Amino acid sequence: MFNSLSERLDKIFKNIRGKGFLTEQNIKDTMREIRLALLEADVNFRIVKNFIIEVEKRCLGVEVQKSLTPGQQLVKIVHEQLISLMDTGGFELKVYDNKLTTIMLVGLQGSGKTTACAKLGSFYRKKKIKPMLVACDVYRPAAIHQLQVLGKQLDIPVVATEDKDVIKIAATALKEAEKDFTNLLIFDTAGRLHIDEVMMDEVAKLKAFIKPDYIFFVADAMTGQAAVTVAQEFYNKLAFDAVILTKLDGDARGGAALSIKAVTDRPIAFVGLGEKTSDLEVFYPDRMASRILGMGDVLSLIEKAEEAFDEKEAEKLTRKMMKNQFTLNDFLNQLQSIKKMGPLDSILKMIPGLAPKLPKDFNLDNNALIHVEAIIQSMTNKEREKPEILNGSRRLRISRGCGRSVTEVNRLLRQFEDMKKMMKKMSSGQMPKGMPNMPF
Amino acid sequence: MLSFVRNLREKIAKTKNSFVGKLAETIRLRGKVDEELMEELEDILLKTDTGVEMTTLIIDKLRDEIKVKKLTEAEAVQDTLQNIMSDILLTDYAETEDFYSEKASKPYVIFFLGVNGVGKTTTIGKVASRFRQSGKSVLIIAGDTFRAAAIEQLEIWADRAGASIIKSQQGADPSSVVFDGVQSALKKGYDIVLIDTAGRQHNKANLMQELSKMIRTIKKVIPAAPHETLLVLDATTGQNAVSQAKTFHEIANLTGLVLSKLDGTSKGGIILNIRHSLGIPVKLIGIGEQIEDLQSFDPVSFVEAMFTTEQTE
Ligand SMILES: Nc1nc2c(ncn2[C@@H]2O[C@H](COP(=O)(O)OP(=O)(O)OP(=O)(O)O)[C@@H](O)[C@H]2O)c(=O)[nH]1
Ligand SMILES: Nc1nc2c(ncn2[C@@H]2O[C@H](COP(=O)(O)OP(=O)(O)OP(=O)(O)O)[C@@H](O)[C@H]2O)c(=O)[nH]1
Ligand SMILES: [Mg+2]
Ligand SMILES: [Mg+2]
Repeated sequence: MFNSLSERLDKIFKNIRGKGFLTEQNIKDTMREIRLALLEADVNFRIVKNFIIEVEKRCLGVEVQKSLTPGQQLVKIVHEQLISLMDTGGFELKVYDNKLTTIMLVGLQGSGKTTACAKLGSFYRKKKIKPMLVACDVYRPAAIHQLQVLGKQLDIPVVATEDKDVIKIAATALKEAEKDFTNLLIFDTAGRLHIDEVMMDEVAKLKAFIKPDYIFFVADAMTGQAAVTVAQEFYNKLAFDAVILTKLDGDARGGAALSIKAVTDRPIAFVGLGEKTSDLEVFYPDRMASRILGMGDVLSLIEKAEEAFDEKEAEKLTRKMMKNQFTLNDFLNQLQSIKKMGPLDSILKMIPGLAPKLPKDFNLDNNALIHVEAIIQSMTNKEREKPEILNGSRRLRISRGCGRSVTEVNRLLRQFEDMKKMMKKMSSGQMPKGMPNMPF
Repeated sequence: MLSFVRNLREKIAKTKNSFVGKLAETIRLRGKVDEELMEELEDILLKTDTGVEMTTLIIDKLRDEIKVKKLTEAEAVQDTLQNIMSDILLTDYAETEDFYSEKASKPYVIFFLGVNGVGKTTTIGKVASRFRQSGKSVLIIAGDTFRAAAIEQLEIWADRAGASIIKSQQGADPSSVVFDGVQSALKKGYDIVLIDTAGRQHNKANLMQELSKMIRTIKKVIPAAPHETLLVLDATTGQNAVSQAKTFHEIANLTGLVLSKLDGTSKGGIILNIRHSLGIPVKLIGIGEQIEDLQSFDPVSFVEAMFTTEQTE
């Protein structure tokens, strides 16, 4: 179930299997591997050192459960330890539909503050809260315009003035918010370096003026070793309440999450999972722990699948499969569910252990899915339920209807038949030798 | 040669106290070469985002040299270590070549890419300004048609730099504006063409394909272009930078890196791995948000800066 780290650990334990206890030497070897995994994930090297000492203590004398390999057992301990370090019992942003809550976003240049303002606005508006955005970045070229465009897209009002003084802008915003019965006022600020005293003073003054209910520190998931210094300095100056970790849709392991939590003891409230304003989710420490260890985002995958598939539908489908009554209509429904989960290759990459095994140039043609869909959609309902009636002229009509070649139509039908045969075998208890080619 | 370090020093000293050579200090305290010194050196490298793999490689090399040269003085170790590191960055790289030197082709097309928010657009503004100062005509192409106000941001930079700009609307096909832009540059005889692209995560296949389509489009107009393809990396980035460089290199055949945001406290040690494993050299470094905050890369002073740190740490 676990991937490379546990595989590497299993190697260490090959020789001691059966002994049941972890020895000093294999714990030492193990700790080296864990250290490596954490450093590769960009956890700060000092934090890694402390972490290893802690885990080592927990490992000594631990009895290896029979159900797990020693490697998995240790990964489990490490995983639990990581979760406990990042788990703050969640973060609750209290907003009310009858009074104003103010939020300020701060962070380094380009970390995703402006985007996060829009994301937060959209997130809370869904909860019947009335948001308003405030453009307090007077430095970056077109920063105000950027927030205005995002606000317009979402139909959320944006306060922007000609002032060069952010305090004046904030004052206008507070007035507007009151007039407008706004419940949530979100202040965007300019990106700044933690060592830039002038800019850090500016934002501290802005804080003193707004007295925001919450300050979010927006950090990029790709951040390296400096995450600790940066977070520490921002925390010293502003005592932020929580963290938003952005760009987790990339493939960075995100060790910064652990580093930031370790030095500031502030919770990570949200994660950014894309450039769109809907790409914001609450933070789950267990997922983050898996990610840092490179274990694949199992939970996200399961959740996505759950969201996309209707349980009752799935049951009905299984019954149909068992009775060999699976039709092209069912197949089309399934395709559409899969499509809801997102691009196929990104789904596959979430499966633990699979990503490193995929060929380097692995590329799933998402268009193939669309083509299959188009072919089925060009069939009549009767044809979808009873594909055996599909003779040459019907196939030609379908091919014209969807713009795919007859060969493609034929291939799909052949593969669908293979699939049905395999389902039949499986439901009668026979294990098929290999999977037939899927039509995509 | 030291101007880069000095410049950085001034920049940071302006806001914080003076620098102390961390390595120098370590060595002064230790005085002699022992296992503990090696461990401390290793920590310094890890701290600069050099990464475990490269750190091990560098420290192993250092051990060899200590043995061969029979080094006993800590100071000699420092020199050796810094030489090993700058050698990695120097290998095969014709540093004599100035980024702004006379170009053989006209227009000379430079294509910028990278993940989100690293500093592509800002770097283009800075580069444009440099070329303008040396009397070149510069056309900027607004190939980021995705991000909110990306075009407006680039327009402001073009204006500051005194460069022309070709743009379309937000949401338009980036390849088509690139096509129009490159064609117009050819027709109007611009010296330099700078192409901005939307930030994208390298693990998104469809966005990477969009990028290769843009490159194919450029080649349709000028087969030898882009003459330079630069990946912009944020110096704050950790080990993921290697994965970024690898994937962008596969798609776009990078000719160099721009390391931005070196005015922060990050040292950008990750470029050692990228140089070593992919052979891609750093060409420019970004050291601030102003138009003049761009410098050519110098390996020796870069390595030196890796071993300096603020007193607060
Ligand atoms: N892939 C991805 N991109 C993101 C995410 N959040 C923000 N971005 C992108 O990152 C880049 C920078 O985002 P901004 O919101 O402009 O960042 P900022 O912190 O406001 O930047 P400054 O104001 O310049 O300091 C843009 O290209 C965004 O589209 C995310 O969660 N995932
Ligand atoms: N301190 C510092 N900030 C920089 C530097 N280069 C760029 N920035 C800032 O980083 C932020 C992002 O810069 P952009 O040029 O918009 O980055 P980009 O790569 O074009 O971003 P997207 O197009 O959104 O992907 C802005 O706030 C810039 O002012 C630098 O060298 N030092
Ligand atoms: Mg911003
Ligand atoms: Mg840009």
